[in-house]
Amino acid sequence: MPRPGPVNPSPRPAAGAVLLLVATRKGAWLLHGDAARRRWRLDGPHFHGHSISHLVLDPRDGRTLLAAAKTGHLGPTIFRSTDLGRTWKEASRPPAFAQPTDGSPARSVDHTFWLAPCHTNQPGSWYAGTSPQGLFRSDDGGDTWQPLPGVNDNMTLREWMGTVQDGTPDGPKLHSIVIDPADPAHLLFGMSGGGVHESFDRGATWQTLIGGLEVVEGFDVTQPTFHDPHCIRACPSRSTRLYMQNHCGIYRLDRPSQVWQRIGRKMPRKVGDIGFPMVVHPRDADTAWVFPMDGSDVWPRTSPDGRPAAYVTRNAGRSWQRLDAGLPAEQAWWTVKRQALCADQRNPVGLYLGHTGGEIWMLRDDGGATPPQSWRNIARHLPEIYALETAIPAAD
Amino acid sequence: MRVLVPSALRSYTGAMWVELDLPALPPATVGAVLDALDARFPGIRFRMVDERGLLRPHMRCFVGGRAVHDLSRPMASGEELHIVQALSGG
Repeated sequence: MPRPGPVNPSPRPAAGAVLLLVATRKGAWLLHGDAARRRWRLDGPHFHGHSISHLVLDPRDGRTLLAAAKTGHLGPTIFRSTDLGRTWKEASRPPAFAQPTDGSPARSVDHTFWLAPCHTNQPGSWYAGTSPQGLFRSDDGGDTWQPLPGVNDNMTLREWMGTVQDGTPDGPKLHSIVIDPADPAHLLFGMSGGGVHESFDRGATWQTLIGGLEVVEGFDVTQPTFHDPHCIRACPSRSTRLYMQNHCGIYRLDRPSQVWQRIGRKMPRKVGDIGFPMVVHPRDADTAWVFPMDGSDVWPRTSPDGRPAAYVTRNAGRSWQRLDAGLPAEQAWWTVKRQALCADQRNPVGLYLGHTGGEIWMLRDDGGATPPQSWRNIARHLPEIYALETAIPAAD
Repeated sequence: MRVLVPSALRSYTGAMWVELDLPALPPATVGAVLDALDARFPGIRFRMVDERGLLRPHMRCFVGGRAVHDLSRPMASGEELHIVQALSGG
């Protein structure tokens, strides 16, 4: 049975410069901000022409930077840097599926989609989620990756994953790898599609975590196959609290409960509670942000009515506030992907979005003051943005 | 054995042409040439051939002007392997 984790002491706000890691369809950039978050400097492109799905700095050492890369022609790989991108070295064994010996269909990794550092007490260890869905682990700082048979060779999970045919337009994803800070052996992930699954034995065995989640009308809610989590985040200040943006709404889960509560019902009806990214506050477990997308008929995945806006809850989902000051008021049809909304650890928190039109916008979230701060454009003319992460490099 | 390397893979080889020394026996195959290429330039093979042993989409190999899909195809003495990236994407 799931165990409740402790309420964590709230981490202190970070100070100093802010670093944004920008992964795009045509390369990676590092966006350096000054301490005031006023002036920004782009460093890049790194891997010009490569599709970079995710770029993550190891928060445990502040030095190891991993990039999940592929190009239109070449297979997927992982690049590593320990000097903030001045030099890169390719993983000597990138994620690759073990070949089956039982006659089950062989699979090939198309791209690594999600990179997640393991527990704080496991320096150098990482997880990677791939498309098609697979889970991999590295224990040497991302140089060599081993497939986790508890997921990749689990025929029940494989059935729920379906095939590439069942996935999202650019391939089914294993994403949102969340490690319990109270228990290194406890982790969970989401599959689009295929539901949410958690393990208490470092990934050897898995159980589903889909209670309370809804599915598209007419489908069987008890079947993980029909569940489509988009992004799951655990609160740093309260690891027992999870938020999720799902294909069918916004949810919160407070452990040890196993039943997600749909908190998106309180979103404005005209906007709805469909979207991809989910961001939690670094110090306040009642505060979280979403960026709604149009999920009507053919799923345009653009801002509803072409009017982009984030929404914030400051009371764990009982109400939501629209945050659109400074963003285009109309005719803005870009998309914010599930990894392209993030928050820094400063006070006040900086919220950052990257969109498919290649712009990055920042909002100093003032915690509900009236009038709220305005979004400000801090980078433009980049390729389609896949992922955005904040990072705190180690001091030299 | 000469191998023509496409631009997308020259970050590994640093050159358009690579000359490989392969033993006369057993007779070389296309797959053996790719293995030898990977031994000299680690990681290059996985960018072309997936974990199932299949050429990735958009990667093509030609020997004697003919497309090769079977990596067990023998390479005769003096033949060149041309690796080509198919035009694709946007």
